[in-house]
Amino acid sequence: MIKELNWLKGGLFLGIVFLAAVWLVKPIGVSTQFVIFDGIVWDIFSPKLISENADSHTFESTNAYLNKSGGKYAAHVKKPFSYGFIFVLSMILGGFISGRLSKNKVLGSSRFYPEVWQDKFGETSAKKRYFYMFFAGFIVLFGARLAGGCTSGHMMSGIMQTSLSGYLFTFGVFAAAIPVSILFYKSKKQ
Amino acid sequence: MEIILAIVLGIAFGFALDQAQASNPQKIINMLRLKDFHLMKVILFAIGFSSLLLFILLALNIIDAGHLSVKTSYIGVIVGGGLLGTGFAISGYCPGTCVVAAGRGRKDALFFILGGLLGALLYMIIFGSIKDSVLFSKIAGGAVSLVETNTEKYSSIIGNVRALVVAGPIAIVFMLSAFLLPGRKVKS
Repeated sequence: MIKELNWLKGGLFLGIVFLAAVWLVKPIGVSTQFVIFDGIVWDIFSPKLISENADSHTFESTNAYLNKSGGKYAAHVKKPFSYGFIFVLSMILGGFISGRLSKNKVLGSSRFYPEVWQDKFGETSAKKRYFYMFFAGFIVLFGARLAGGCTSGHMMSGIMQTSLSGYLFTFGVFAAAIPVSILFYKSKKQ
Repeated sequence: MEIILAIVLGIAFGFALDQAQASNPQKIINMLRLKDFHLMKVILFAIGFSSLLLFILLALNIIDAGHLSVKTSYIGVIVGGGLLGTGFAISGYCPGTCVVAAGRGRKDALFFILGGLLGALLYMIIFGSIKDSVLFSKIAGGAVSLVETNTEKYSSIIGNVRALVVAGPIAIVFMLSAFLLPGRKVKS
């Protein structure tokens, strides 16, 4: 059984993983895989969505987003056992293993909402939390796709490489997230 | 080979995020409310440490500069960041940490993922009609980094100086900020 890491060890561990990924393959990114998952499901119901060009072995899609950058995403939808998709699926397993080995378990109400949520909305607010989570997930992934990356790809991997886009993205995230979280979770007691 | 690396690195990343408590929405929300800087210290140190080693290993030609991937800068990066930040503030999850939290057994993360899949789908559907809008106006020429990455694909803002000379001090500032930030103000 292990205890969670302090900030220095946690930062070192995460830093090493980000570095190892660039060294061995490419910078870490996650949000693209939501599109690949959607594409796989969409492709099942609409077989004409993606077609293969027999001569060049590239893929084309009737959807402009899947078709962009030479059908890069369309190809990943057709061949989902790609690096990026397996990487994200493996992250779920990483979280599961970490949970099994950790001394502090996620138990009781913290499986449904964090304490800050309970302080604000009370103990019978799991359904409300799920509704808000659905909405939050919706704008987070829409925003990540508009930005072309998320916290992993833009903020961590981006700033690590001194990419200007990483700084711009991070500015956008915190300029919104700090005031919204302060107002949204403002305690009634104070 | 690449698939084995995907599995090993994916598990390591999920494990590291969870052990650093980044998959705990309580920790994220209290960081954003400026009440608990634990995760801010983790993020600053991870970026600084990985960046410093990255530019040292690039200078020594141990890491192939072809592995770098500098994303394009455009208006939508800031707007999209703002949208993401809004949902991030309410939920305490981002696209990476929600899947780790789901693996850890947090049920609310599943609803976040479901919403995320639909948000990404809406974006796929409307992309064709917004792709020529001002949202995609490039900033500073597009795929640009602060320092020279020695690849044809990307340009740099600070040229004619060795990358490590600029990136090194930036990385050290990040790591020092991690040490200087205070710990938590509230119980978590």
